[in-house]
Amino acid sequence: MSELLTIKNVSKRFGGLLANHNISFTVNRGEIIGLIGPNGAGKTTLFNCIACFYTANEGNILFKGNDITHKTPEAICRMAIGRTFQIVRIFKDMTVLENIMIGAFLRKPRRTDAERKAREAAEIFGFSEKLHLQSSSLTISDQKRLEVARVFATEPELLLLDEMMAGLNIYEVRESTELMQKLRSLGITLILVEHVMEGIMPIADRVVVLDYGEKIAEGSPAQVINDEKVIQAYFGKKYHAKRREHSIKIQ
Amino acid sequence: MILLYATMGIGWNIIGGYAGQVSFGNAAFFGVGAYATAILLTNYGISPWLGMLAGCGFSVLLAVIVGYPCFRLKGHYFAIATIAVGEIMIVVFTNWDYAGAAVGIYLPILEESLKNFEFHTSKLPYYYIILAMFLFALAVSYGVEKSRLGYYFRAIKDDPDGARSLGIDIQKYKMYAFSLSAILTSICGTFYAQYVLYIHPSSTMDLMMSIQLCIIVLIGGLGKLFGPVIGAIVFVPLTELTRVYLGSEGQGIDLIIYSMLIILLAILRPQGLWALFSKRGEN
Repeated sequence: MSELLTIKNVSKRFGGLLANHNISFTVNRGEIIGLIGPNGAGKTTLFNCIACFYTANEGNILFKGNDITHKTPEAICRMAIGRTFQIVRIFKDMTVLENIMIGAFLRKPRRTDAERKAREAAEIFGFSEKLHLQSSSLTISDQKRLEVARVFATEPELLLLDEMMAGLNIYEVRESTELMQKLRSLGITLILVEHVMEGIMPIADRVVVLDYGEKIAEGSPAQVINDEKVIQAYFGKKYHAKRREHSIKIQ
Repeated sequence: MILLYATMGIGWNIIGGYAGQVSFGNAAFFGVGAYATAILLTNYGISPWLGMLAGCGFSVLLAVIVGYPCFRLKGHYFAIATIAVGEIMIVVFTNWDYAGAAVGIYLPILEESLKNFEFHTSKLPYYYIILAMFLFALAVSYGVEKSRLGYYFRAIKDDPDGARSLGIDIQKYKMYAFSLSAILTSICGTFYAQYVLYIHPSSTMDLMMSIQLCIIVLIGGLGKLFGPVIGAIVFVPLTELTRVYLGSEGQGIDLIIYSMLIILLAILRPQGLWALFSKRGEN
């Protein structure tokens, strides 16, 4: 597998607050990477550094071998990195079709071409029946999916999805996992920032765990959930100690 | 008058309506258009038609100079910055001897012909010229609305960060919107200079004019192709009627009526009068 994205010793500071400290990992083409951690662990900060909405204070981010650390969001979108937002940022005054067309215009400057492409993307994401609805009238789960469809139309190779599953019910989480597998089958590499563990564990190839701005673990989902540091980070020291006692007793 | 204001309204609608960047400095472009024509004609005898092109050039230049720093400002701050620019332009032209200072410029009276852009026996040719300009502005606006440019403008207005994430260079596209707006406003300035044949700073660059443009578009319908047209049809006769019937005692009455109209519209039809005619406004 070839490396698509390399994160090298990235640190990001907000004044005195160190939000990311010395984080490194790589993402290979075709993988689904989960970026998890408790509240305030720095997931979204790191995500925004990769998407160039923030600029890392130290370290480098390489995409297909090019340094993108100091690029602008619009520039890296053209380089085929797409993103969604934690709080949906669809164009509320536009219809579903128009929203997707804005994405499609990046590669197809002519309106008729962009519209055709947008219709194709809409079909993939199940919006064929809703093309002319006002986008703000969609349900939250549809709005999130619309954001994915819209960025999909820019033809990304790497897609960064920020908390796709937050606030969704069990069925919607399942739909969302199916959607991600579909994206993978279309040849897109995914980085998922997620809170909902059930959603991410079955589909991620590898998981990177952050806590207090540092990377505390990396590995397959199965490895990571048994990692002591991860358990401590998520459930606290007390629970960790109890669990340990429990396993000693069993032995 | 209606066509003149409609044309300028269309110009304003591109930056304020589609791209959502409220500009109170558009009168400056009107002034630049008027002055470029007047100065070139009186001092160098250059045809007003070329002056019109020069005016467009200077206006775009001004738009770029103003836009470059100001588009970093968001929302209201941009609007305030454009007020400042408009006021600076008035002060500059009021004190600039070369441009006639506070006295203004009397344009030379030439033989009437289309080439000279002057007609004395009948005002009718002026009407056709402004009609042509109006249709041109309408065509430009239509072209924008139906192309990538218009979609991108609306995306920037709706959610700038979302737009950036989809690869839209928002600085660049705001600049396009501002420049187009500048060109359309500038040709109106040229027309005004040739029609009235006398210009001075407060008649061509008044802040009130920028605000009137804003009102016209708001009344008619923001970001809608025919919004400024309807706005101008309502606005201009109202001004003229109050002026005719109430004379100087009634000064300001028209503004009172507009403000009431705006309040009513804000409550009943936030999309503007245009929404009354379009089905999509029903939702």
